[in-house]
Amino acid sequence: MIEVSALIKTFSDRRSDRVKAVDRVSFKVEEGRFYTLLGPSGCGKTTTLRCIAGLERPDTGEIEVAGTKVYSSSNGIFVSAYRRPIGMVFQSYAIWPHLTVFENVAFPLRVGKLRLGGDEIARKVRAALEQVELGGLEQRMATQLSGGQQQRLALARALVREPQVLLLDEPLSNLDAKLRERMRVELRELQRRLRITTLYVTHDQIEALSMSNVIAVMSAGVIVQEGSPREIYMHPKTQFVAQFIGSTNQLTGRMRGLLGEGACQVETDVGKLSCGMAKDIPVGSEVVVVVRPENVILHTGKPSGVENVVEGKVATVMFLGEYLDCTVELGRNVVRTHQPHSLQLRRGEAVWVELPSSGCLALGAEELPILDGIQPDTSATKNPRLQLD
Amino acid sequence: MSTIALPRSVKNSVALLGDPALLIPLVGVGVLIYLAVLPLFMLLLGSFQMEVAPREFVATFKNYQNAYASQYTYSTFRNSVIFASGSAVLAFALGTALAWLVERTNTPLRLVFIPLAVVPLILPGVLESIAWIFLLSPKFGYINVALMSLFGLESPPFNIFSLPGMIWAHSVGQVPLAFLMMVAAFKSMDPSLEESAMMSGADTLQTLHRVTLRLLMPTSASVLLILFVRTLESFETPALIGIPARIFVYTSEIYLAFNEYPPDYGRGAALAVGLLILSAAGVWLYTRSTREGKRFQTVTGKAFRPRQFDLGLWRWLGCAFLMVYFLVVVLLPFLVMLWASFLPFFATPSLDSLQKLTFENYQYLFGFRPFWGAMKNSLVLALMSATLAMMLTSLIAWIVYKSRLPGSWMLDFLAFVPITVPGIVFGMALILLYVAFPIPIYGTIWVLLIAYVTRFIPYGMRSASGAILQIHSELEEAAAASGASWWETFKRVTLPLLRPGIVAGWIYIFIVSFREFSTSVLLATGDSRVLSILLFTMFEQGQVTVVAAIGILMILTLLAVVTAFYKISGRVGIQT
Repeated sequence: MIEVSALIKTFSDRRSDRVKAVDRVSFKVEEGRFYTLLGPSGCGKTTTLRCIAGLERPDTGEIEVAGTKVYSSSNGIFVSAYRRPIGMVFQSYAIWPHLTVFENVAFPLRVGKLRLGGDEIARKVRAALEQVELGGLEQRMATQLSGGQQQRLALARALVREPQVLLLDEPLSNLDAKLRERMRVELRELQRRLRITTLYVTHDQIEALSMSNVIAVMSAGVIVQEGSPREIYMHPKTQFVAQFIGSTNQLTGRMRGLLGEGACQVETDVGKLSCGMAKDIPVGSEVVVVVRPENVILHTGKPSGVENVVEGKVATVMFLGEYLDCTVELGRNVVRTHQPHSLQLRRGEAVWVELPSSGCLALGAEELPILDGIQPDTSATKNPRLQLD
Repeated sequence: MSTIALPRSVKNSVALLGDPALLIPLVGVGVLIYLAVLPLFMLLLGSFQMEVAPREFVATFKNYQNAYASQYTYSTFRNSVIFASGSAVLAFALGTALAWLVERTNTPLRLVFIPLAVVPLILPGVLESIAWIFLLSPKFGYINVALMSLFGLESPPFNIFSLPGMIWAHSVGQVPLAFLMMVAAFKSMDPSLEESAMMSGADTLQTLHRVTLRLLMPTSASVLLILFVRTLESFETPALIGIPARIFVYTSEIYLAFNEYPPDYGRGAALAVGLLILSAAGVWLYTRSTREGKRFQTVTGKAFRPRQFDLGLWRWLGCAFLMVYFLVVVLLPFLVMLWASFLPFFATPSLDSLQKLTFENYQYLFGFRPFWGAMKNSLVLALMSATLAMMLTSLIAWIVYKSRLPGSWMLDFLAFVPITVPGIVFGMALILLYVAFPIPIYGTIWVLLIAYVTRFIPYGMRSASGAILQIHSELEEAAAASGASWWETFKRVTLPLLRPGIVAGWIYIFIVSFREFSTSVLLATGDSRVLSILLFTMFEQGQVTVVAAIGILMILTLLAVVTAFYKISGRVGIQT
């Protein structure tokens, strides 16, 4: 169990301005759960993790790990990193190049208060290495391992002490795409099997969605939304979350009126659209309608008896194997869609675009935080209008 | 120092350490002030007082008057400038030519040459000068004698006891340094810069002139500057060749002020302050120019394969140049030293003298107590100063680059100070400090130990900080996250990872301590004499063949210790 409340951590940059990296963050990771902090680089997710590990000292707040207060600004408690019941995997793996595979894993058992006997250490190390399928490589130098193996070694080292809590700092970001996919599954299976409370930090939405029990999306030092992967994906509460998770089309418009519980009508550039709505938005205010590419349906002939249909012109068609990536011009807007490859489409062809109301979500206009650095690979679709201008 | 008194910010920055660690940088700053700053302060004070270690301080400008307004002022200045700039230009020209042939052309045998070019680094400067006296002395120099009999000349063509002679003897010892720096410059040059000039229509000469040489300008300027400063600071050649030839430079003036009767410490100190200012200005310019150079840096960390010029038939000329350089500049001094060490008295090589070869000199040394004393002193000093300096600098480098403790920048700065201090100036400063010091270490090897450790701290810092910067901080954090305290982390992770860098620094400091001359010449007396000083005094007394034998033993000892240390540290070091 990890509980963080009202955590603040500021850094002073070179001109001695104070920058709030983490701003009053509170959350709770239940026993045995896989909890992910997701956000673009610089959003404060790694700083939060490092505060829990004890590698950074927060300014104020409380941190409790496995029932023990490890940091409390009000009581003046700060437990050093090496006294906390944690295991951690670093982004660079931090495999010690001067030690063998065995000695890397044995390290946590040789230091600190534990002081186990040689046989005990050997047994535990072997068990930990078996767990990550590195058995038999004990005597190799750690630097002779491949990237994926080093990653497992780092995991074995983090688990060998049987910590109460596992902290993972973007552990998969240095692997190639194929390996990353496999490790995602393995890591998740291992966590479910050991039932170890896990805090995972990543900027990769697919990792977050596929592995977590709970995701907290962070931006500019605060948690903007917390929920299950399904909730986060299907019901983003803000434009930022909608943009950051998955690819999204956005249409700006004005709220026309309510259509009942959680439904409304929006006047957009492309016409009136019926949409879902997360929270009440006053009539007449500016809104953004977000719709995911996979929810858009294209018709080559004008469909009848369907709402939210707009006529458009096919702008680009790309064959991506699993589906067709097809963008459609709707007046000044461009909408990206994913279509089955059975659909025959040609550039410049007229099509009817159906935006099913179940897939459209109206969100209140907001100031978007400026994203910098690494972002999920949705940048191409983030602002479709920019793409063609 | 006021930053150290801020408990709030301090507590934040030492999250990983705990509070006693705060004392460490404070102690470090204290130690460095004592080692590096206090002697310089005493030197400055000494240059303004009437007598050494006075009961009361009487300020005077008399010393400066004696030092800078005498009849010798102009000639000393002139000699120093000619000596330093001549050596810098010659060493730079040779080093650059060799580096270009090796790095950027298809000259045959160039790859064999690289390690050979660096060999002279191990030859102590004193021996280099002595070897060139053996070769180029107008009376008995082997080369002179050979050329005279070969061409029937009436007078010797070369005279080592002249300014050009001094420049030659000193600069050949500096060539390896210039060579290494220029090799690095050539290596790091992005070939696409030259290729794009050619794509723009420039021919080979135009490319060389308009791009290659322009890009090398900042580096060349800084290499020339550092060679100039190093020559100005050096005392080996001015002592062994300059003094007999009555050609005096600043370093020899300082030495003579100390060695005349009665010694004029005040004048020596005033001269030393002047030399210190010159050399500090040079180092300041050098660091500034290398920092400026980074702005249009050609080094990007990528591994380039630089363009190679096809020299055509000229490549054999290049090869001949490499061979002649190696034979004359690298091999000949060693050979003449070896030859002379087996002679009963100095004589030109002939069939006749071949029969007179003897082990007498070595036998003599075996029973010669001062030799064993000096050997012991040199070895003990080199071992201890290399070990102490590396211990000190790895700790300092760790504090400066890893701990984020307050006051680190001050440690970094203080550890750099000794590099600006010429050896003989530092010797002078230590005399002024320890003559009046309550602990009686003046005249013992301990004052030499302090001198060596202090002077070589910057070298230690360079290797230690290089090694520390390469250690990713996550490697240490992973230890903390595995339950290791900061001491366990330092012992089990940081230190082993630092080992290769520390070993390299240790070997370098061992070598430069073992051959140290310009500081020792003022501080080593009687029982505290070291090998380089014994060489110098015995050479002055004319026992040249014994000196050659000492030189050979000195080189062998250096080689033996360095190899042994490599072997030992290799066994316990990193296997990759």
